[in-house]
Amino acid sequence: MDNDTSERLRRLRGAVPAKRHNARTVAALTGNPGCARRAVLDAAGVDKEQLARHVGFPAKFGQSQFAITRGNAFEAQVKANAFAELIRLLRETLELELNEVGQTDLEEVGGNTSQEMRHIRSRQKLTGAAADGESTFFDHPLLTLDVGGNTVYLEPDLVAFHHNGKFHVVEIKSFAVIDDQADGGKVAAAATQSAVYVLALRRLLGDDDAVSDEVVLVCPKDFSNQPVATKVDVRKQLIVLQHQLSRLSRIEKLVGELPPALTFDLAAGDDGKPTRSAAALTAALAEVEARYAPDCLAKCEMAFFCRKEASGCTATLGINVREELGGVETVAEALGLADGSLIASDSQAEAAAMLRTTAEIYGSVTA
Amino acid sequence: MAGEANAPLAAMIGSDVAHPTLLFVPQPRNRDMRFEFAASLAEVVLDYVRSRTQRSEVLGNDVVFLEAPQLLVPNRAGAAFVRLLGRSTRFRRTTGLYPVPQRVPTLGRWLTYLAERSEHPGSAAMLAMTEALSMHWASGQSALEDANLAAILGWIDPPDGVTGPEAAIAAEDPLVWPPAGPSTDPSFDNEVLAPAIRAYADSAPDSPRRMHALQTLERELRGQMEPTWRLMWRAVDVLRALPPGDTVEQRWTADRKDFSRYHNYLVMDGRPQARRDGAVVAARRLQTLEREQTLYDATRALDDPLVMANFRVTGEAFEGTVVSVERDRRVTGEKGRRITRPLIVVSTGDPMHLAVGAAVRSPARLGQEATIVEIRRLADSTLVTLELAGGMGRRAAPAPGTVPEEKDDITYTSAFPDAFRTPDLPPTELTPWTHGGPPQPYVPTEDDAREVWE
Ligand code: SF4
Repeated sequence: MDNDTSERLRRLRGAVPAKRHNARTVAALTGNPGCARRAVLDAAGVDKEQLARHVGFPAKFGQSQFAITRGNAFEAQVKANAFAELIRLLRETLELELNEVGQTDLEEVGGNTSQEMRHIRSRQKLTGAAADGESTFFDHPLLTLDVGGNTVYLEPDLVAFHHNGKFHVVEIKSFAVIDDQADGGKVAAAATQSAVYVLALRRLLGDDDAVSDEVVLVCPKDFSNQPVATKVDVRKQLIVLQHQLSRLSRIEKLVGELPPALTFDLAAGDDGKPTRSAAALTAALAEVEARYAPDCLAKCEMAFFCRKEASGCTATLGINVREELGGVETVAEALGLADGSLIASDSQAEAAAMLRTTAEIYGSVTA
Repeated sequence: MAGEANAPLAAMIGSDVAHPTLLFVPQPRNRDMRFEFAASLAEVVLDYVRSRTQRSEVLGNDVVFLEAPQLLVPNRAGAAFVRLLGRSTRFRRTTGLYPVPQRVPTLGRWLTYLAERSEHPGSAAMLAMTEALSMHWASGQSALEDANLAAILGWIDPPDGVTGPEAAIAAEDPLVWPPAGPSTDPSFDNEVLAPAIRAYADSAPDSPRRMHALQTLERELRGQMEPTWRLMWRAVDVLRALPPGDTVEQRWTADRKDFSRYHNYLVMDGRPQARRDGAVVAARRLQTLEREQTLYDATRALDDPLVMANFRVTGEAFEGTVVSVERDRRVTGEKGRRITRPLIVVSTGDPMHLAVGAAVRSPARLGQEATIVEIRRLADSTLVTLELAGGMGRRAAPAPGTVPEEKDDITYTSAFPDAFRTPDLPPTELTPWTHGGPPQPYVPTEDDAREVWE
């Protein structure tokens, strides 16, 4: 990224520190890749949650403490007794010939928990293992990934290394696998998140082949606390992720098209509230094009704002509606084409014909 | 409860809007309390199921109950929860480790039954209310937003002085309309539920503090569920205001028959449903579901002109005017006999996407087969020639009124009740050895019964 662009991104963010990404937010980058607004805000490190709240459309992404407690308890249980349970599981799932497994706790480094230090140590240990080929587990290594020019620290639950094999990312999740089936949405989210770790680990080792594109998901079995391990292929997620990350680093073009003075500065005044008015920030947001879809509600902090902005647009009805009505942007336009009061442009011809037929047939029935 | 696989926290259930039963678990992680919850729920559900078996009729060779149970839940996730609750209770036993009252495994079988039955197209045994509403109303929001009961009902039936869109937006505030479950609102969990559960857990049994904690929990959980309880009944009212379709009765009879069958099975055999279907059972089930789907789509289109309109838009049906009739046409059939096969030509403006050779039926004359033999596309209409067979009486010449006449308005559809024809699978007991032989019924193991529910 050139200096100009970094400078522009700094200005877009204003006088506040960049919002820190984590695996979940990096994974979220792959949702709605066509949205320029999101790409710009993320690349600039703007705190979208605070921004949404300030302009009057707070996101509703709470997490229940019960879920957090349960997640932590399950992870602790899986790792208890020097990973005994986990070793058994991995032996079965990965067919690892693990007899003795070394273990390196990378959570803390002699009381010095600076991320920089932890990352350096993780890197030493991981590259060392690749060199001398001992089977081992790395507990909470700290990896990094470049996201739009910013270094993001990432902390997978566990990385397993097998002497004549590869590194495997292991994710411990507390959603249940019941009669060999789990919630598809949760599995997909876990797969994307694990793909972020795989990518970070590959970049760290500088060797794609060293890290398996099959990750291991460890979940509770049925209604118990017994863990069960499943291999998940994340090749598809990796492709999407890499595409989106390279798009972020090619942010120059998007940024270059924005007004030079544009900023989303959320710097607080003496009262702790952002000094810039909600109206000013709303106007700033309008300068960057969004691409709202109902999916955003589950994935992006700006969703309620963008939904309001898109009201009256066919896109708010869902991706399939938007696609079926290709070229017809608003509901008013759709109605006009349906009753013939609007003339269709070339790109709308197909959708317009369908709208007219639908209006005629439904009209004849309800009349 | 959040984070747990199917740990029930609370339920509001009943068949009278004024008298719901509130059940709740003060400590959802406690196994004994979970089974107590299941036992209390079983009382309500099994009482209700029993009440449906009081009167019966004879249909063919079967005795069929006049009523069947129907479970209404707010949304799809609620239905999934019922299925899991059935799964986690149906293998339990009255003896051994963690014994439970007999009604707990019986509840499990019934909940599993209802969940499985609800997958059959056209069944009303268990309905997710959001889906029942979406079937009859199109809102101006996305499917994702329609999955919120308060939002879709706000759109359909807004309170006085508020527009549908406004009501739908207001419905998204969890403080006004708590989520319809099974997930709770995370801030309710953190700010209200967690302290209340802690207060319960930290108090001595039977102490005044414990009584107080229980009261708090009950009050707060009631507050979270009551709005949805009222919404459910409002939705029932809104749906009941619609005129029933002609074929609803037929579908409900199918539900009653199946309910009676399963009731008998529980009396005669009573083993719980398998953890997972074997290949043969699964294949059969898939075929049944496909056939039922075709039947359901077709009969709904017969009931409701708006459903038929959708088939016309997609080109699977067409409506038009009869422009010519060759009433007494006779051809030589396969066996060399002369048979009556009238031809009619229908002119339609609909975007017809059927091909020559397609079998269609007219809803007004379902007993008469029609085959498309020619299609001529004109500038602004299509001429469809159809050959008719059957439904014309026994004589050589068609009986009066059995063949459409010129200028008749007529609809033909490729989706009709017996359109789905596949070779029948052999009866289960004749499953060939290549397919593993006749499937053995699932015999639950000791482990199933003792399965931990943590
Ligand atoms: S919510 Fe808005 S900013 Fe976020 S991805 Fe959707 S359209 Fe883009």
